[in-house]
Amino acid sequence: MIPLLKKSWDWIDSRLGFTDCILPIIGHTVPRDARWWYVFGSATLTAFIVQVCSGVCLAMAYVPGGDLAYASLRYITEEAPFGSVLRGMHAYGASAMIMLVAIHLAQVYLHAAYKYPRELNWMTGVVLLFAVLGMAFTGQLLRWDANGVWSVFVATEMASRAPIVGPAISHFLLGGETVGGSTLTRFFVYHVFVLPGVVIAGVGLHLFLLFRHGVSEMPDVNQPVDPTTYKPAYEARLRETGVSFWPTAMWRDVVFSAFVGAVIVGCALVFGPPALDAAPSPANVHSNPMPDWYFWWYFAVLSLLPPALEVWFILGVPVLGFLALFCLPLLSNKGHRAPSKRPWAVGIVIAASAGFVVLTAYGYRKPWSPDFDVPELAPSVIGATEGPVFNGAQLVHSKSCLYCHAISGSGGHRGPDLSTIGQQLTRDDLIVRINNGGYNMPAFASSITSAELTQIVDFLMTRTGDQPPVPSPAP
Amino acid sequence: MNDPNAPSKCCCEQEDRRSFQAKLSIGLSAAIGAMIATPGLGFVLAPLFRRAPHRWRAVGAVDKFQQGGTVLVEFEDPSPRLWAGVTAKTAAWLRREDDQRFTAFAINCRHLGCPVRWVEKASLFMCPCHGGVYYSDGTVAGGPPPEPLYRYRTRVRDGQVEIHTAAVPLTTTITLEDV
Repeated sequence: MIPLLKKSWDWIDSRLGFTDCILPIIGHTVPRDARWWYVFGSATLTAFIVQVCSGVCLAMAYVPGGDLAYASLRYITEEAPFGSVLRGMHAYGASAMIMLVAIHLAQVYLHAAYKYPRELNWMTGVVLLFAVLGMAFTGQLLRWDANGVWSVFVATEMASRAPIVGPAISHFLLGGETVGGSTLTRFFVYHVFVLPGVVIAGVGLHLFLLFRHGVSEMPDVNQPVDPTTYKPAYEARLRETGVSFWPTAMWRDVVFSAFVGAVIVGCALVFGPPALDAAPSPANVHSNPMPDWYFWWYFAVLSLLPPALEVWFILGVPVLGFLALFCLPLLSNKGHRAPSKRPWAVGIVIAASAGFVVLTAYGYRKPWSPDFDVPELAPSVIGATEGPVFNGAQLVHSKSCLYCHAISGSGGHRGPDLSTIGQQLTRDDLIVRINNGGYNMPAFASSITSAELTQIVDFLMTRTGDQPPVPSPAP
Repeated sequence: MNDPNAPSKCCCEQEDRRSFQAKLSIGLSAAIGAMIATPGLGFVLAPLFRRAPHRWRAVGAVDKFQQGGTVLVEFEDPSPRLWAGVTAKTAAWLRREDDQRFTAFAINCRHLGCPVRWVEKASLFMCPCHGGVYYSDGTVAGGPPPEPLYRYRTRVRDGQVEIHTAAVPLTTTITLEDV
């Protein structure tokens, strides 16, 4: 039996060339110091493989039509065997991929591995980053629930802000003039055919370049990159101290990839897929569109920016961000690689990470702008159970002031906290402010009566931060 | 016999022939590419050249709407596909001004297109995405929207209120002058 197997393998190997062509590639020499810092690229590829496998399975039941997509998703989630796990794997795999791509990018940037001769490695990586973000975005729309449908409107409006070609781009995205049947089929094609094709081709080129130029060494302050001498010096060092990728260096990649795979599947099993929102009717106004977590920072920024800067930001972040990243190795491809000699690079990574975390946390406070579901103030907060102060507190809720302003921890976050407004403004100031409005605040003069205004102000004047607690009335 | 070192007419001919074959291959490859790509490009880019359709859609009998009230009305979008299902629906906020006059606002916020809600007691339209707020006449009351809510044309025909439905009201493609 074994001789027969060996003979069969020899037959295949002689024709396939595994031993002659593939093994030398897998066993190529890499720097000895290529250790745990280097596992993020291969883990990203593992996450992509999870996406392809789970995506192919999901596509067998998913119906990319505006009328049935939502029903097919419900079937996948609620009835199909392993459907819930597969949807979960696809969702957590997407998150893992985004995280790992970002970490891989930050690591390569910090270690300046994009410098000579690996400029194209970086540039293909940047194209892959944007293709992956595109996959994430189009995937969110394929969920085709209320959130998905309304995200199309947001994407369309953002794309239409581009000068001259903007409206054409949005019509191209929509597949027509409005969101409907053509829109979903288009996004399905972007997500399932076009972008995966770009990613697979990009990964192939990225890996080819990796083998062609070799894995970069850990930065050394004594080894700044000099394009005239780099290659012979790198090859000499590899001959002296290099180790074979398989299995000496690769085991770490496999261990980390196994960990990533286990986390993805574990999350899918434990937490299940993200809940589907309401059915995808563009007529349903009771929706609060929110992108997936990796875009919350962008969503939050769009709310905070002055309107004059908005168009620049909407267009600048994707376009200039891509160009800046893509052209980076063309602007700086030699000199020091060590982070200790590149304080600006370290600062940029720290600032970008901090900005991402802070803005993501800000964007997470949903629905924060405005909060339609805010409850009425409790009598213990109001400090009264009847009378003008109590009525004023009721009006503060019904007139939607609480959607944007918080009082004693209850309410929205859009406007200033009113918990101590009675100390900060006089009665007259409050009347003027409510009647005339102000920055970002509507003028209420035409929509409240004089009596209502008086009661609201009566209540607000009691907001001095030291209200005595009033027990709730007995039921 | 021929001198092998002498310049051969035959080689020059071969050179010409090779050059011709190379040009032929490149030219035909381009033709194959064009044959494959042209119908595809036409198909994919067609939406860019289609004129935005407008259709009058009835949203209910005149008597159904209270004077001064603002309500949500649903109707089919102007260019539904057979397979659009529920996504062929769209909506507008309709206010009855008097006996025969109605105002219809698009539900899309002019900031980024999110759905605005009518808050009756505050007489405001509010957007949940980025805090866009509009007065009852659709003008901007606060937040980032650069323009008032888009208004659809309305009319009354045979006792029915009709709305002139249009494409997604993008800030960059539709302005109030269109009305």
